[in-house]
Amino acid sequence: MNNPLLRRVMLAVAAPLLAGLFAVVVSAIVLEVSGSPALDTFRTIGENGLKLETMIDTLNRATPLFLAAVAAAIGFRMNLFNIGVEGQYILAAFLAAVVGSKVDLPGVLHVAVIIATAMLVGALWSGLAGLLLVSRGVNEVISTIMLNFIATGGIVAGLLPRFIDDPTAANQGTPTLAESGWLPDLNGVVEIFTREIGKGRELTGVLVIALMVGVIYHVIINRSLLGFDIRASGMNPLAARVGGVPPKRMIMVAMIGGGLVAGLVGMPEILSDTHAYDQGFIQGLGFAGIGVALLGRNTSAGMAAAALLFGFLDSSSAVLQVRASASSEIVVIMQATFLLAAVVAYEVVNRVKQRDEVARAVRATTEMASNEAAVSA
Amino acid sequence: MIELWNRFNALPAWARWPVLASLGILLLAVVQGVSGTQLLTDEGTANAMVRWSIPILLAGLGGLFSERAGVVNIGLEGMMVLGTWFGAWGALNWGPWGGLLAGLVGGALGGLLHAIATVTFRVDHIVSGVAINILAPGLARYLSERIFTGEVGGSVSQSPRVDGFDKFTIPVISDILQSIRDLNWFWISDIAGVLRGFVANLSLFTLLGLLLVPVSSFILWKTRFGLRLRICGENPWAGESLGVAIYRHKYMGVIISGALSGLAGAFIVLELSGLYRGGQTTGRGFIGLAALIFGNWRASGVLIGSLLFSYPFGLSLVDFDAETSGEATRALLLVMAIGLAAVALWALRSDRKVDLLVAGGMAAVALVWYLGTQTAASWLPNTMPYVLVLVVLVFASQKLRMPKADGQPFTKGAH
Repeated sequence: MNNPLLRRVMLAVAAPLLAGLFAVVVSAIVLEVSGSPALDTFRTIGENGLKLETMIDTLNRATPLFLAAVAAAIGFRMNLFNIGVEGQYILAAFLAAVVGSKVDLPGVLHVAVIIATAMLVGALWSGLAGLLLVSRGVNEVISTIMLNFIATGGIVAGLLPRFIDDPTAANQGTPTLAESGWLPDLNGVVEIFTREIGKGRELTGVLVIALMVGVIYHVIINRSLLGFDIRASGMNPLAARVGGVPPKRMIMVAMIGGGLVAGLVGMPEILSDTHAYDQGFIQGLGFAGIGVALLGRNTSAGMAAAALLFGFLDSSSAVLQVRASASSEIVVIMQATFLLAAVVAYEVVNRVKQRDEVARAVRATTEMASNEAAVSA
Repeated sequence: MIELWNRFNALPAWARWPVLASLGILLLAVVQGVSGTQLLTDEGTANAMVRWSIPILLAGLGGLFSERAGVVNIGLEGMMVLGTWFGAWGALNWGPWGGLLAGLVGGALGGLLHAIATVTFRVDHIVSGVAINILAPGLARYLSERIFTGEVGGSVSQSPRVDGFDKFTIPVISDILQSIRDLNWFWISDIAGVLRGFVANLSLFTLLGLLLVPVSSFILWKTRFGLRLRICGENPWAGESLGVAIYRHKYMGVIISGALSGLAGAFIVLELSGLYRGGQTTGRGFIGLAALIFGNWRASGVLIGSLLFSYPFGLSLVDFDAETSGEATRALLLVMAIGLAAVALWALRSDRKVDLLVAGGMAAVALVWYLGTQTAASWLPNTMPYVLVLVVLVFASQKLRMPKADGQPFTKGAH
């Protein structure tokens, strides 16, 4: 591996591949030890994955995961640990569902109002953590964790009873949105290329929004002055400050930007699935999104791949439950092992890269020195 | 007034806390008189507060050992989850002591994982902690599916019921406190009631948890091991130059941290719920972390923080059982309003206008809320600890000092 470019590409791919292999081996061992045939289980997951309906499930699951990952990644890019995506998206989805059920607007506008409400609420809630950090130096990890609990256990739990549609229902929630507030599904687009999608599956229209968010995130981070400032603040805060990047403003920008995206995380559920906020509203996407962001190294493409993988594993757990040859919880173990192995692998690869860098610098200096020696001789 | 304050500040810490605590009880006694409830300084409330504070306390002490060794541990929650599962499993097989030990070992394994990732591989501490928080519930669910399902009362999300430790009351002291309580003297009897909550209806596990506060303090500040552990958190490079095995001490700190969080989980199973149930830690690991910060990275501070944070919940437990459900919890709003008003006054004296506005505004909101309701909903006490943490951090974060090298990566031989 003397070709430096080849070596760099290999190193970039090596980490996730090794981590994936490690996760498969660990889960195989766990499966075998607990008395389920590992190969059978993997075959079931694989066969099921080839079905069109599973692919739709995967995309539906990957969409909010990707959005949550982008929301977290904006902060991560400048070493700001926004753990608060969880609270931001739940509060945003709840208030958006409330507002959406109160207004009466024609199609596009209705959806736009719901989305705007969600993004605004997400931005306000994360902006609060940003404000505490820049004005009082309150560590953002702690403040976002506390704000998560205040949002879910306090505000949503306290306000939900006031907006409940049917107090006798088993799963109490806000009134179902009028159809003008539903986002059309993408089944028609998919079916141009494939057979008809069965089993009542609907591909969420929020996927389009997620793709747009991914592209915008990529362009802003990599191709704009703002993105440069964000990355610079993350890599070397002191140098960025000396270079004229205002640290407090950058913190607010990153927190509010993350909150805007976090507001979208609950939208598949509100706009495409249940069309209401109820007690069974999906939780935990914020934390899973942090995992996806870490796995995807905060890049659009990486996070998309990681979201698809996590989404696929999540949608596999259903079939494992049915077949009962193995416990469906093996899926969570695979995800978490993969995540932990991947962050370790990235760190190791980083170190190898740094060593390469040092070696190259040393080589260059010695070459220069010997050249000079040759010239003066 | 100012001279009194200076005199108070000159007192040693062990004397200051009791004074502050009795002043706090005075505030509760006054509010009690105003709002006509008897539960604020009730023995049952104090007892519930003590019992529910132990998991927070143990997690906070866990965080103390880890962060004093320079490793931020937001995986406390995950390690606590491991403690709940292993605690239940151990208790099913070998009784309460088995549960306690198994919980400790299960948590320590989580700590070992965190140490391997952060110390050996230098993964970012928050990243590793988040990963452990995702892994632990999944692992617990998987293990339950394999081991608890099929047993009586067991399923993928919960274990069969397990037995906890026997309860006992410390004899003479509790009798004396009871007789003072019965005198019904304003403030004095209130203090006796709260104190009785600490000595009645105890279990060995509760006592062990409380005992770990002075023990942790002693280990960290009076032993050679503690000094070496703390240099890992303050200045590992200096420690290394003096021959301290930094990696080994960091490992020890994080494993102890996991073990204490595991104990916290086992406590929830053995003493509070009587079984393992998925999601039963409900963020107490994070509150432990908050208690650690509130307590300024000291064992005694962690104890105060965890008692304070579990007080609203302890009160609500007693309150929502009583006939006048929600009335005592409502009185908490008045306590909050008075506390915030005191902060506002203090800000006025030291001429900090923003603090004055924020604290005064919040005090007004709490007061209006208090006057506007007759009974508080059950979500209020559950949310109060988190609000309290934020309030404390907003008004006092400048006074807090974390270990200097906390969270920073350390490479052996790099300096």
